[in-house]
Formats: sequence, structure tokens, C-alpha cells
Amino acid sequence: MTVQTSSRFKLPPKSILKEWIEGYLFASPFILGFLVFTAYPMGYSIWLAFHKWDLLSPPRFVGFENIVKMFQDPVANLALYNSAYYTIIAVPIQLVISFALALALTQKLKFRDFYRAGFYLPIIVPLVASAVVWQRVFHYEYGILNEFLSWFGIPAQKWLFDPALAKPAFILMSFWMIGRQMVIFIAGLGNIPESMYEAASLDGAGPVAKLFKITVPMMTPLIFYNMVIAIINSFQTFIPALIMTDGGPERSTLFAVLNIYRQGFNYFNMGYAAALSWQLFIIIVGFTITQFVISRRWVYYEE
Amino acid sequence: MAEMTMQEMKKTSKRPMGRRKRLEIIWLVTLQIIMTIIVISFLIPTLWMISSSLKHTTEVFVHPIVWIPVHPQWKNYIKIFDVLPFAKFAWNTLIVTGLAVLGTLVSSAMVGYSFARLRWPGRQFFFALMVSTMMLPEIVTLVPRFIEFRSFGWIDTFYPLTAPYWFAVSTLYVFLIHQFFRGLPMELEEAALIDGANRIQILTRILLPLAKPVIATIIVFSLIQHYNAFLEPLIYLNGMEHWTLALGIRAINDSNVKNWELVFAAGTLMFIPVFLLFAFAQRYFVQGIALTGFGGR
Repeated sequence: MTVQTSSRFKLPPKSILKEWIEGYLFASPFILGFLVFTAYPMGYSIWLAFHKWDLLSPPRFVGFENIVKMFQDPVANLALYNSAYYTIIAVPIQLVISFALALALTQKLKFRDFYRAGFYLPIIVPLVASAVVWQRVFHYEYGILNEFLSWFGIPAQKWLFDPALAKPAFILMSFWMIGRQMVIFIAGLGNIPESMYEAASLDGAGPVAKLFKITVPMMTPLIFYNMVIAIINSFQTFIPALIMTDGGPERSTLFAVLNIYRQGFNYFNMGYAAALSWQLFIIIVGFTITQFVISRRWVYYEE
Repeated sequence: MAEMTMQEMKKTSKRPMGRRKRLEIIWLVTLQIIMTIIVISFLIPTLWMISSSLKHTTEVFVHPIVWIPVHPQWKNYIKIFDVLPFAKFAWNTLIVTGLAVLGTLVSSAMVGYSFARLRWPGRQFFFALMVSTMMLPEIVTLVPRFIEFRSFGWIDTFYPLTAPYWFAVSTLYVFLIHQFFRGLPMELEEAALIDGANRIQILTRILLPLAKPVIATIIVFSLIQHYNAFLEPLIYLNGMEHWTLALGIRAINDSNVKNWELVFAAGTLMFIPVFLLFAFAQRYFVQGIALTGFGGR
């Protein structure tokens, strides 16, 4: 049996064709999964954003109503502000702490493995469990944080019940979970060739000069990487807010994802929730792209 | 000039050398002490959870804080099973986690193999697509996926928590295994093909056995990911008979405002399996984070 082919579209030899088919077959879980679980939902949520739907009555086309509402809704704007505040303050400090810890753990210390495990452990604790524990760490009367502060004569604070301190409390908790960033930094520090430091020593460079002239520049790709991931994750903080404060007090910990969750799954404003999701999505992707653009100025890539 | 300064430096540094060494030792000792204090402060919330899980209610609400309970209340761990069906939650968690991890492993290996070692038109396009989804904020699919799965009749079933993972939605793991497979010599499978092996045999008998460290990393991370998952169960599992441990912790937290020890016991109970995994597979955690930058969540 010969396959009819025009001169333009010559079928490749049988063995290559077989590999094509096998290639698609083996990649088919991803291709199908992408279509069904990513591409379709994303497209569908654009459609949703222009409709009003409570899942009970049929969806109703409302044009730009959701989008206009999104920009005017003070609660939605507050939620974005809270997430941005949390992200912009927490992430840089997280990076400094995790970098400092990583630097310390590459010194000639004893028990380095134990330290590393200790710093990593908090991110193994299921986040729900962490949230219920930290809810009590911050407890006014019986929490360990106020107990600790009292040793230094600092009066007890209301933390999660004080609108001015609730966000800082969340930020403090986020510092506890920097093990992942630290381990990445440790791996990177191990890859800086020792010869660079030796050369710098010969030139008379002290420890501080070495840190800022060699270590930090060589680590910029990983600092950048950790920063991008941390920002994406921080903007999507949800579980601690739902468990520890449920957005309170006075909506001071109502973060963007918690607001979307409420709109979608408590109030069943599916269209509005979809519009808010797209807004947050665009903000996060915008942040990420901006960082990639700016990174050309400060991230050092070896040729 | 340069030689002069070098000589000068040698001269002047000769005597202070001993002092410099002493300074270094003082610095290291100081650092050791600081690090010990910091690591203890990192461990305290977890230790407090464990110690409080064994307290009597009267020991929870006292000043100063009781660090080691006088009479460990092991019965707290029995009580939580009376308060909520934690055995059922543990069983559900086991099923969901097992199925999701298995699916992740099978689909990632297949897709990673195809991207790394098979030549087919469109491969580069799909690979780029996959990499671009690695940093995709998950929030954008939260609402529409819920409506999609609802139309499938998947609410109050384990499908939303397991089925997608059989379709390589955790693209990070595909990327990881792809990177590993690409590093293996092509001769491996050319020889096997000549011997008449098919692709499935090549993947399962030749390539996967070589990829054990990567497989271990993927298993460890996806285990943690699905075991700790909260948002998906929260949205899809309404009936308590379908709840996972994560939802159980939330429920016991909401219903036992006055019984911290029970909440802590539930938290500790959920923490023990991941802690054991961490203790025995620490190597793969560290290796995996270095490889991927992710891990646990």
C-alpha cells in the first residue's frame, strides 16, 4: 500500500513518523491537561468576567459592569492594598534574612546541618497547622510572643486584634518560613569558585569588600529568582488570613485572594470573582515582567 | 610600587597575624552563639505546639508559660478522635495524596521523556508553553475550574484533587525530569531500539531506574504539596465524610476556642508524618530545592 503524497507534502520515513506519533502520545497528558485544566478555565473566566452568575439562576451578560465595579469597590481596592503592603514589606526583609542566614551557614561553624534543618523545618509544618499555632503565638494573654516581649519590659500587644499590628504580625510570621530561600542561597554560595576569593585576598580585599564585590554580585541571579517567586507567592497569601483573622480586624488582613474567595465561594458572585482574579493575575504577571526587565540592569550573568 | 606595598603588608601583618586569628575565632564563636539563638527561636513555635499538645487545659492558660507539661496528657490524642472523625480524615488524606502523587509521577515521567528524547513537530512550542505555566499564578484558574468541575459532577468527590495531576499539571516536575533525561546519552535508547524494545520499556526499564534521585525528589515534594493542600479541599469537599486532615485542623480550631491542647494535638498529629518524611529524606529536600527552587508549600 503506497501513501499518496503530493510533491509538496512528503511524508517522512516510517520510523520518523512513528517517533512523531509516540512523541505526541507521551506528551498527550500535558497537552490534554493544559487544554482542560489551564487554557479552557482561563478563557472561560474571561467570559465569566462579563457575566453575572450566582450558580443558581442562569448567567446574565452584564458587559463591563464587573470591571467597572472592581475599580470602584473600596473593599476590593483595600484587599489589593493589603496584599501589596504585605508583599512589598515582607519580601525584601525575607531576602535579607535568608541571605544572611545562608552566609552564616557557609562559615566554619559547628552543627551546620542541624541549623539548616532547623531553619527549613517550619516550611515542612502544614500551613494550616502553622496558622493555628501562630494564631496562638500572637495571643494577647497566653501567646509566647507577648511573653517573650515581657522579658524586655515591652507591654503586651493585641497583634491580630489590632488593625495597626495585624499586617506586621503576618509579615513577622512570614520570616519564619524563609527556609526555602535560604537553602537556594546556600546552594548558590557553594558554587562561587574559591579562586575568586583567593584572588581578592591577594589584592588586599577584606571580608566586607569580598561580600559586596564578589559574593553579592555573583548571587544576583539567585536573589532575583527568589525575589520573583516570593513576590508571586506573597501576592497570593490566603491560608493564614482565612484561619488566623478571617480578614479582620477592620479588614486589615483582607488579602486579595481572600477577597476573591469570599466573592466566589461565600457570596457566589462568580463573574465578579473571575474579574478580580484576572485583575490580580495581571498585577502579578506585570510585577514579574517588570522585574525581568529591570533585572538586566542589576543581575549579573556569566558570559 | 605594587611590590613595595606587598612587602609592607607582609611586614606589618607578621605580628598581628596571631591577633587576626584570635579575632577570627572570636567572630566564629560569636556567630555560633547568635545562630544557636536564632535557630532556637525558629524551632520554638513548633516545639510549643508539640509540648502544648500534651498539656492539661489548666497548664495552657497560665503564666509564666509551662514548657514541659508536668503530667503529659496523652489522652488529648484520643480525645481529638472523639471531637472529629480524624481517622476518616487521615484515610481520605492518604487516598488523595497517594493518587495525586502517583499521577504526578506517571504523567511527569511520560511527558518529560517525550520533551527530552523524542523528536516530533510542535515539541518546542509545547515545551515553551509548559515552561510558561510554571510561573503562572494559580489564582486565575480558581473560580473557572470550580465551575468546570462542578459541571463534571466532581463536587464532594476526590477527582478535583487527584485527576488533574494525572495530566501533568504540576509542570515543574515535568521540567525537572526533562532536565535529567536530556543529560543522558542518546545511545542508551538507540541500542535498546535495535534490540526491539518499545518506548514504554525504554522509559520504565532503562531511563527511570537511572533517574532515581529525581524521582525521589518529585515524590517527596508532591507528597508534601498534596498532604498539606488546603485551598482545593476547602472548595471542593463540603461533606465532612470527605474532609482531609487540613480541613479537620481548621474545624477543630474553629470549634475549640477554649481547648488549645486539642488544636495543638491535631496539628502535631498532622505534622508527625511529614516530619518523619523530612527526617528520613532530608537529602532529597535539600537537593530538590537546589534543583527547583520550590519545595513544600
